[in-house]
Amino acid sequence: MMLSVRDLRVSFRTEDGLVRAIDGVSFDLEEGEILGVVGESGSGKTVSLLAVMGLITDPNATIEGSIRYKGRELVGLPARELRHLRGNEIAMIFQDPMTALTPVYTIGWQIAEQIRAHQNISKAKALARVEELLAEVNFPNPREAMSRYPHQLSGGMRQRAVIAMALSCNPALLVADEPTTALDVTVQAGILDLVRKLRSTHNSAVVFITHDMGVVSELADRVMVMYAGRVVERGSRAALFSGPRHPYTRALLGSIPPLTGEKPHRLPAIPGSPPSLLRLPQGCAFGPRCPVRFEACEAEKPALGSGPHAAACLREAQA
Amino acid sequence: MSDTMTKTEGPILETRSLMKRFSIGTRFSAEGRRTVHAVDNVSLTVRRGETLGLVGESGCGKSTLARCLVRLYDITDGTLLFEGEDITGKSLRELRPMRRRLQMVFQDPSASLNPRRRVGDLVAEPLRIHTRLSSSEIDKRVAELFDIVGLLPDHVTRYPHEFSGGQRQRVGIARAIALNPDLVVLDEPVSALDVSVQAQIVNLLADLQEKLNLTYIFIAHDLSVVRQVSTRIAVMYLGSVVEEGPAEEVFSAPAHPYSQALISAVPVVETTPGGSRRRILLTGDVPSPLNPPSGCRFHPRCPIAQDRCRTERPQAQSFGDGRKVACHFPTI
Repeated sequence: MMLSVRDLRVSFRTEDGLVRAIDGVSFDLEEGEILGVVGESGSGKTVSLLAVMGLITDPNATIEGSIRYKGRELVGLPARELRHLRGNEIAMIFQDPMTALTPVYTIGWQIAEQIRAHQNISKAKALARVEELLAEVNFPNPREAMSRYPHQLSGGMRQRAVIAMALSCNPALLVADEPTTALDVTVQAGILDLVRKLRSTHNSAVVFITHDMGVVSELADRVMVMYAGRVVERGSRAALFSGPRHPYTRALLGSIPPLTGEKPHRLPAIPGSPPSLLRLPQGCAFGPRCPVRFEACEAEKPALGSGPHAAACLREAQA
Repeated sequence: MSDTMTKTEGPILETRSLMKRFSIGTRFSAEGRRTVHAVDNVSLTVRRGETLGLVGESGCGKSTLARCLVRLYDITDGTLLFEGEDITGKSLRELRPMRRRLQMVFQDPSASLNPRRRVGDLVAEPLRIHTRLSSSEIDKRVAELFDIVGLLPDHVTRYPHEFSGGQRQRVGIARAIALNPDLVVLDEPVSALDVSVQAQIVNLLADLQEKLNLTYIFIAHDLSVVRQVSTRIAVMYLGSVVEEGPAEEVFSAPAHPYSQALISAVPVVETTPGGSRRRILLTGDVPSPLNPPSGCRFHPRCPIAQDRCRTERPQAQSFGDGRKVACHFPTI
């Protein structure tokens, strides 16, 4: 097992009270596997992965549980050792590539600097490696692109540059947080291909965070659906999309308008909106919006069952 | 009487060779003054009661076109007709009576609503400006509007930040329909919303259209949402419309190679394994509108481009099923 997260809890102390951003999340990741994490804003998908990366530095945050990477416990690891792990072993790409690139240096300089921070090689060698990497992420003219500044590149090119940076040390684990959300579908298709290629050439494991069910269904081997800080359903892509078990997953899939075939007169919408993490219901967080709720849903938080395809739903457990 | 007859039967909005150019830079900048052809020779017809979906990649000019259509931007060249009346060059003063019939809903409701004013006030504002209703009549109308868009009556005294994204967009919609407009331009109205909330707003817009007899121009980058709401589709590339036609036809059998690539790139949920669709991958990025390619603007990325495409710009040709395609080699 490459990555094993057990009962991860992240909470933030705020002026308005304690926010339980992550409330008991567990998952495993094998080498060469692509895990899709789906959820809406506030579902905790980003925070859980930031915790894995050791990037939650907020003094008001409390992180509990266990995150084991290749058998090594990451929770409580000194910042220095975490920093060594990040970049060398684990890399992350974000939604907005501009947050990962500095506007004042060229693309080539930035990627070379990143390589030299982790590997003891000469500047010339690092630059040669940058050119290779940019070619690998399909820059049509890598040598020329190296002398460009981020603002001179299009959004898709910037995201490619960030991916090149993330790949520079052949990471065993790549965490991608909505990397295609800001991009056009035509550009997105290319980035998804790139992620697939990375898996097949380097056997890297990928955690791909997105809110787009379509992207997950095209890319992921396994899928984890999150709602209000908890995992509500997990399973293989085929199992989850052909037979979703949690009412939230079903409703979410149902509310996406189809691209082909019969057009529904009205979309089956989910009433209400996601709950505030400050005022979570006592029972199931999806309860107030759920079409199949019953009394027991208000009393206890349903646990995620075991097995490869499981849903955290009392109704499902009954069936 | 004959006058009102033509009004109801003719198109509600029509553009003829509409152009919008922006000048950027000054004569002192490195490249000198340059011109961006943001909207380039667009001729569209919007019929009463329909929804025209505008799609295309970012930077294709769909938002600029939308803003030209409601005259938020001045039009550089061409003609814009609203109910047969030329409003291309009308002054702001002359446009004012028209404004109440032409409204717009923006993408980010948190940016388009003044954070320091109560939402009741925000919805009342167009009524205060455009009507002579008394304040009690305005209050009554605001309450009615809140009910129509699915907000609670006691929400009127709240501020925008107290609402969720979906509710804020409902406020934006209430504002847009306050004056009983005929045409509403919706610029990415659901893009900023959570997936589970998008369907609610899409349904609300469909209900309003039916109830209030509205005509929509709907812009979104999410093609499945556009398909759901639109009767007709116009696909834009680098400022021009490359394909236009009934939504069902354009989605099921796109004729322009760009529409084909765009539609094939949308990731869809496959419930049956192995049912993967053929994807047309486009190489390269959208060229800069500052320096558009010669001939067909799409030719550098087009999988079927020929020599002719490099030199000769294709004109829109009409086809039997109401489609117009600007391509030398359309698949139709």
